[in-house]
Amino acid sequence: MSAQPLVEIRDVNFTYDTRAILKGINMDFHRGKVIAIMGGSGCGKTTLFRLIGGALKPSRGEVRINGQVIHELDEKGLYAMRRKMGVLFQFGALFTDLSVYDNVAFQMRELTDLPESMIRDLVTMKLHAVGLRGTENLMPNQLSGGMARRVALARTIALDPMLILYDEPFTGLDPISLTMIGDSIRRLNNALGATSVLVTHDVQESLKIVDYIYFIADGVIAAEGTPEEIMATDKPFVHQFVHGLGDGPVPFHFPASSSYAEDLGVRA
Amino acid sequence: MPVARTIRNLGHRTVEAVWRIGYASRFFAMILLHSGTSFRRFQLTIKEVYFTGVMSLVIILVAGLFVGVVLGLQGYETLKSYGSESSLGELVALSLVRELGPVLGALLFASRAGSAMTAEIGLMKATEQLAAMEMMSINPISRVIAPRFWSGVISMPILAAMFSVVGVFGGYLVGVVYIGVDNGSFWSQMQASVDFQHDVVNGVIKSFVFGIAVTAISLFEGYDAPPTAEGVSHATTRTVVESSLVILMLDVVLTAVMFRGV
Ligand SMILES: Nc1ncnc2c1ncn2[C@@H]1O[C@H](COP(=O)(O)OP(=O)(O)OP(=O)(O)O)[C@@H](O)[C@H]1O
Ligand SMILES: [Mg+2]
Repeated sequence: MSAQPLVEIRDVNFTYDTRAILKGINMDFHRGKVIAIMGGSGCGKTTLFRLIGGALKPSRGEVRINGQVIHELDEKGLYAMRRKMGVLFQFGALFTDLSVYDNVAFQMRELTDLPESMIRDLVTMKLHAVGLRGTENLMPNQLSGGMARRVALARTIALDPMLILYDEPFTGLDPISLTMIGDSIRRLNNALGATSVLVTHDVQESLKIVDYIYFIADGVIAAEGTPEEIMATDKPFVHQFVHGLGDGPVPFHFPASSSYAEDLGVRA
Repeated sequence: MPVARTIRNLGHRTVEAVWRIGYASRFFAMILLHSGTSFRRFQLTIKEVYFTGVMSLVIILVAGLFVGVVLGLQGYETLKSYGSESSLGELVALSLVRELGPVLGALLFASRAGSAMTAEIGLMKATEQLAAMEMMSINPISRVIAPRFWSGVISMPILAAMFSVVGVFGGYLVGVVYIGVDNGSFWSQMQASVDFQHDVVNGVIKSFVFGIAVTAISLFEGYDAPPTAEGVSHATTRTVVESSLVILMLDVVLTAVMFRGV
């Protein structure tokens, strides 16, 4: 792996108010790869995406895309960089005042001079890719949760970005859609020569489609490797996560400042 | 030390208020700076004019009619005691064009369209639609906020004018049709006394200024709202309260300048 990675995350630290969320993250996203980021709820995956997209600034360290330090870009540079990125938000973030068609066409209309006839074809293709051709005229509030997620997915890939960040693309999908979407994330990545990063809790599905996996716990990378390495590892952390066990090094509970017994007024 | 605490609280609140005003001014400057799109793609603004206009039209028309009717009744009673019932048209028209049209129109606009604007922007923020837009390298201020701002600035004078027109009609209904004031003198006195420059233009300037204030407040409150249901609902309330106070304050200032030449 001698080529420069598309995204380099170097010693990134991030603190909300006083609570340290990320404590020295290092990652490399190589071109053409599909990378999964896993970790317990609240461990800072969405935060990491915000740092990559330049919506937040690391308190220490840096994120480089194509060699450029994101938090040092001015507004123009940042916008130019974001044009090459697609982000699927964890909760979809569809524009509620626009139809499905207008949502998917939004960036094409705003950022390109494509004629409407071509936009129509492109929107049809993107919707077909997520299995929702025919829903063009529905409004977001007429969609089911899973359908909204797929429309958001179609909108994310509208302009064929070179870096695609998917924040939990599989939540709310039935097993069939899940496999189809998983496959299309992989296919799309290969077809576009893009680099895709997905935050997911779906270990089985992601093991099938990704090239590399990072596990985050306690603000640091607890484990990383290819799917084969991950399957073969005997690290208790990974074992717990892959098999969804309640007992193990990953805490289920928020790090509260007082103990459960204290909160309930029980004396030990 | 309750005194020290009170002073500290006061200082804290003052700093917070000043900070907020600074932030709001910056927001307002950003709207003006990013207004290019609202005019280059004027259909974006027109679409919002349609929404805000249609939203407020019914309430403006109904309220205007009622206010005109009440003005006719009250005005007639007062004028009769001076024996000058024929000036009813003048009284109704001047009250509406100078004061009630712009002020009541703006108050109604704030509670109808302004609060809706705050809620809409607040929800767009809470559901990350604005963040998503920013991630698409599309500036939400220029694409979402500025067209709404200009739509408010454009709609407000039109709505205020409609309020006045319907109000005059209400005054006519009650004065001429119901009470029986002379039709000719109702209109001719009105025509003779309402000066275009002094009354109509000043009234339009008032509603224009109110439009700027109400829309800017509504958008700022929505944009600044905490991204929760509670945050958005508080912001909506604040929009109505702040807009109402600002409208009445500005009215004092504008009236003093326009009609007393202060
Ligand atoms: N705006 C904020 N202010 C303060 N703390 C925040 C804020 N946003 C997130 N956090 C905290 O940061 C931590 C990481 O949040 P983040 O959204 O990145 O988690 P996540 O890994 O995406 O979780 P999930 O899998 O549940 O989506 C959480 O503990 C959360 O409480
Ligand atoms: Mg998350």
